Amino acid sequence: MLNPGQGRGPDSGVAGGSSNSDPFPAGLRVLVVDDDPTCLMILERMLRTCLYRVTKCNRAEIALSLLRKNKNGFDIVISDVHMPDMDGFKLLEHVGLEMDLPVIMMSADDSKSVVLKGVTHGAVDYLIKPVRIEALKNIWQHVVRKKRNEWNVSEHSGSVEETGQREDGDNNSSSANNEGSWRSSRKRKEEEVDEQGGDDKEDASSLKKPRVVWSVELHQQFVAAVNQLGVDKAVPKKILEMMNVPGLTRENVASHLQKYRIYLRRLGGVSQHQGNMNHSFMTGQDPSFGPLSTLNGFDLQALAAAGQLPAQSLAQLQAAGLARPPSLSKPGMSVDQRSIFSFENPKIRHGQMMNSGGGGNKQMNLLHGVPMGMEPRQFAGGGQMRVQQQQQQLSGGRAVGQNVQSSGMMMPVGGGPSMLQQQQQVMLSSSVPRRSETSSGSRVLPAAATTQSVVFNNFSSELPRNSFPLASAPGISVSYQEEVNSSDAKGGAGFGNPSYDIFNSYPQQYNNNNDWDLQNMGMVFNSHQDTTASAAFSSSSSTQRTRAEHVQNHHQQQQFPSQSLNHMNGGGSVRVKSERVAETVTCPPATTLFQEQYNQEDLMSALLKQEGLPLVDNEFDFDGYSLDNIPV
Amino acid sequence: MQRQVALIKQSLFDQGYLDEQFMELEELQDDVNPNFVEEVATLYFKDSARLINSIDQALERGSFDFNRLDNYMHQFKGSSSSIGASKVKTECTMFREYCRVGNAEGCLMTFQQVKKEHATLRKKLEHYFQLARQAGPKETARRSK
Repeated sequence: MLNPGQGRGPDSGVAGGSSNSDPFPAGLRVLVVDDDPTCLMILERMLRTCLYRVTKCNRAEIALSLLRKNKNGFDIVISDVHMPDMDGFKLLEHVGLEMDLPVIMMSADDSKSVVLKGVTHGAVDYLIKPVRIEALKNIWQHVVRKKRNEWNVSEHSGSVEETGQREDGDNNSSSANNEGSWRSSRKRKEEEVDEQGGDDKEDASSLKKPRVVWSVELHQQFVAAVNQLGVDKAVPKKILEMMNVPGLTRENVASHLQKYRIYLRRLGGVSQHQGNMNHSFMTGQDPSFGPLSTLNGFDLQALAAAGQLPAQSLAQLQAAGLARPPSLSKPGMSVDQRSIFSFENPKIRHGQMMNSGGGGNKQMNLLHGVPMGMEPRQFAGGGQMRVQQQQQQLSGGRAVGQNVQSSGMMMPVGGGPSMLQQQQQVMLSSSVPRRSETSSGSRVLPAAATTQSVVFNNFSSELPRNSFPLASAPGISVSYQEEVNSSDAKGGAGFGNPSYDIFNSYPQQYNNNNDWDLQNMGMVFNSHQDTTASAAFSSSSSTQRTRAEHVQNHHQQQQFPSQSLNHMNGGGSVRVKSERVAETVTCPPATTLFQEQYNQEDLMSALLKQEGLPLVDNEFDFDGYSLDNIPV
Repeated sequence: MQRQVALIKQSLFDQGYLDEQFMELEELQDDVNPNFVEEVATLYFKDSARLINSIDQALERGSFDFNRLDNYMHQFKGSSSSIGASKVKTECTMFREYCRVGNAEGCLMTFQQVKKEHATLRKKLEHYFQLARQAGPKETARRSK
């Protein structure tokens, strides 16, 4: 694993690698996906010769499930464009959104249009077959670059500057210097993170990259600015000016905008049916969204609906929501979050859910329609709102700046400052931008969970009413749990639900599937409550499972109609994600896993089985957090 | 013996059956993986035989789903280029071109060429590997890094 701490920089190990003690890039964990066995064999051999740790895979679905199962298991993905089971570009999107890993595309096709497609879908490079080993020798640069960018995207301008400097000097400076600057930057970021929550101090220290936490409010501001400028014309500089947020850098905005754009694109393209886009977008992106804690479930709901809520966030939200609805998020914030969420969701969900609500508003309106509507219904208390908010945040964050942003969103919610912190910390600790964040999120949850457990319970009661929130919450917590596992499996301390624990143990693979998580959450919740939640879940789960089309319809129906639907909506939101998930399809196995792991899953499993829907990670469109992890 | 092997290999290159990609593969061969190239070639021929079958069947059906045919051929071409099967690759490109314009006749004709080159290469490589194995590891495991 690429360790920023140890990554002295390009000169340290890469080039000849002999002089430095830093073995990097040796040991780089590469996942290569190609349906052609000959090419796969050759690539594997070449990568091994480069001293990378190679995992090969001949199907995209398997690759995705592998990635989901080991959130931090890989540094970079190389994928062929033409594959029978899934288009390489789709895989690219998923990975980018869910795991935020650099992806290199390759193909025998060297036509400009295909290469361009690779670029627009976010590939960091495009190799023409036959691939030569020279081309593979330098793929580590993409990993380093990404990490550096993440580092820089910090809401703490100080850190950013430092990193910026570091960046410039990095290549030229000695490894020692690099290391120093890395460490100092990192430290600073960690410190900052600590300030926020201080819970996961240890996480912070291990955190490799601090991320900007795109709180719900922040994201709302961002979206407002973008809309004002016009999505196509919005440039980071102007957005930054309009937002007028001290400490926010242009890079932060740029990165967030990029994610946001991808998110929108996916929404537009897939809206109808596949929540995948949203899902992946959201889930994969930032663990930062994780701090769902603030989302008391309310947010979760919203998020779930939006599908934006990343698994983490959902979990957190749930945790937050569940634990203590009131405390979690500031009511005010909830609202904001919601709106944020609405923004996000509409876009993503656009096809999926929003129809009922937003109608054609792609962008934000949809979101508004959905979450808002749902929220009131679902969440009787403020706690729920919180979740939603968080979710929204997450979604927001997800869309644009997956990594950090998500966390940002969550954190501010205020429900769980500690949680947020944890999240951040967690995120930081995980050098890998993507997963780590999620982990962070999970961490936070535990903390939040404890307090929130109470909330959670409360929430459950509400769940029946608002299926949605519940669904999301559970999912969130679930996802959270998974992440938590890595951080500190406080176990269901917070939640006081067994499910929580379960989640922890559950692999992170579901994190991506926010939707799923939501569902799971619902399920878990059910176990506690044996309420309609489960019912909701089933509906949700089913929804999720179904491919986009299904989900969408289902979701839509659910969201807007009565409360009971909400409950479903919870699932629906999950569904939205599921749409996304549907695409990924890798989830089904995961889902099962999930179920197996968690006792509470029984309910869920049953539901899910009925549905026959895979517990895809995508379920939650929330910002790509795969709530899926929620092993309901 | 080794000299003979070297000569055979050289002729394969000279005649255009193999291109520099094959040399890339040889570079990957070392003491740890002494038969890497042969293994890859074996895998290639096995997999491409499957593809050829699929294309044959598709052509026999007479429906001429050019998209599908092109997909098969794209994959086939990718494999072939990965091991450096130069002539095969050329024929694949032609086939795809015929697909692109929807020329069924051209497809059929070119596909015969593809098969022919494929079979020829297979024979030649089998012969080459056989000799190389006999000649001893030095020849096959040469790694000019």
